[in-house]
Amino acid sequence: MATEEIKKTSTNSGSQKEFVYLPLIAGWLVPGGGHFLLRKWGRGALLAASILGMFVTGLAMQGKVYANAHDILDLLGLAGDLGNGLPYVISRMLGLGDVQVQVTTADYGTRFIVVAGLLNVIAAVDAHNLRTGRKS
Amino acid sequence: MGNAIFQPSHFAAVVLFALFASTVFGITQRETPRRMVRYGIYCFVLFVASAIALSWVMYFIAR
Repeated sequence: MATEEIKKTSTNSGSQKEFVYLPLIAGWLVPGGGHFLLRKWGRGALLAASILGMFVTGLAMQGKVYANAHDILDLLGLAGDLGNGLPYVISRMLGLGDVQVQVTTADYGTRFIVVAGLLNVIAAVDAHNLRTGRKS
Repeated sequence: MGNAIFQPSHFAAVVLFALFASTVFGITQRETPRRMVRYGIYCFVLFVASAIALSWVMYFIAR
């Protein structure tokens, strides 16, 4: 009986270890998703509002969504954009941000979209830290 | 000028950027809610103040 319980406990901790990266992946795919998964509703909502707000503001300003990289700067922009997770995929599917517009606000919009992706990566790593107990 | 839905002024863009970024910084870089709010406000003020200071520096360089 005792052996069975030990087995059960080790199986449970094993499954917990298995999903240790789930908040990180969820947080990357859906802004604030990692925090929602960990039942940090307030933090998750604020993160989602900030990151999605920045992404949508960038699109509304006619910012460019990077689709491919021709030089190193494009590559950095693409890496930043990919940090947005699903919003990036959805915007690409809808064809949003695929036209380069030569106005100042559009250039700001492009930066908004890239920074939203980078902030989303920070938020996803924070969710991972909460999951592993590195942060409370 | 294109047909952007939203065309904020330069300062409005700075304030929006600072607001979004400092919210994420506050939540992710501190542990308690009180410290999160304080750090978020600190980051917001630093973002806006440094943008204004750098703008004046560039203004005098350009003259």
